[in-house]
Amino acid sequence: MQPPAEFVHWMFATGLVLVGLCLLAQAVVGDEVWRRRPWRAYLWPSLAFTMGVLMWPVMVFFTNSTIHMLAHGSWAQVMMFSGAAELGLVRGKLHSRYWRLAMPFAFLVSGAAFLIHEQNSWFFARAAFLHHLIGWTLIIGAIFPLLAVFRPRSEAVRAGFALTFVVLGVMLYCDRDTAPVFGHLSPLAGAQHR
Amino acid sequence: MSTQLVSERTAVRRRSARARAVSALGPATMLAGVAWAFLQPYRLTLLHPHGQGFWWLAIEPPLLVILAGVVFALLVAPGVIEDLEDQEDRP
Repeated sequence: MQPPAEFVHWMFATGLVLVGLCLLAQAVVGDEVWRRRPWRAYLWPSLAFTMGVLMWPVMVFFTNSTIHMLAHGSWAQVMMFSGAAELGLVRGKLHSRYWRLAMPFAFLVSGAAFLIHEQNSWFFARAAFLHHLIGWTLIIGAIFPLLAVFRPRSEAVRAGFALTFVVLGVMLYCDRDTAPVFGHLSPLAGAQHR
Repeated sequence: MSTQLVSERTAVRRRSARARAVSALGPATMLAGVAWAFLQPYRLTLLHPHGQGFWWLAIEPPLLVILAGVVFALLVAPGVIEDLEDQEDRP
């Protein structure tokens, strides 16, 4: 009954798209309006935290190598950490704006984990290509939450932060188990799935 | 001000650009999912369900995108727009 890895990627992609939509709406209307209803203030940090929690079973059940286990484990930890930091800030338990550095930290750790645990070259298969692309997108995209720490009201920064989640979701939706990328599929990757 | 004038003002009231942007997010996401379904119909296993396993029938990416748009449009956007218009109406 365990789903193939690509299904898990698509489910997480849906979570990322939802987080991105919430962040986009928050960027458009501003914090004051967005936080007028308390449940809404907790919405996207809770989603991020929940995705971190759900990453633990992914780590346990989709471990095909030690480096995969470490990568999934590090994603679980930094997603929970950044989600929890945002929850603490929204709740008022945390006061220092530097807690917002948890998000760029999560981006950098996640990006590094993607790049380090992908042992194949870009055009080995679609999954390898997407690992490289997502890794670099996370590392470059970390600039948005980092700038948001110092310019929290910048609409461009907030929109960029939101769109980074949407783009990451789209990339995860593109993932397939053993599929070609731009016509390239290494014979070492195995037989192409449907 | 009479109630008739109030209702007329409400009727002719136009949504702000920000409210329109928020209300467009959900439908735009749904539209992206529909467009994807047309571009890659083979990713919709509901169209050819015979012999498909549980996961292939339960998790279909274009439908997930549409679902994300529906969830946002129905559960999140209406309240955001209501609060935004309420704030914009304040003097």
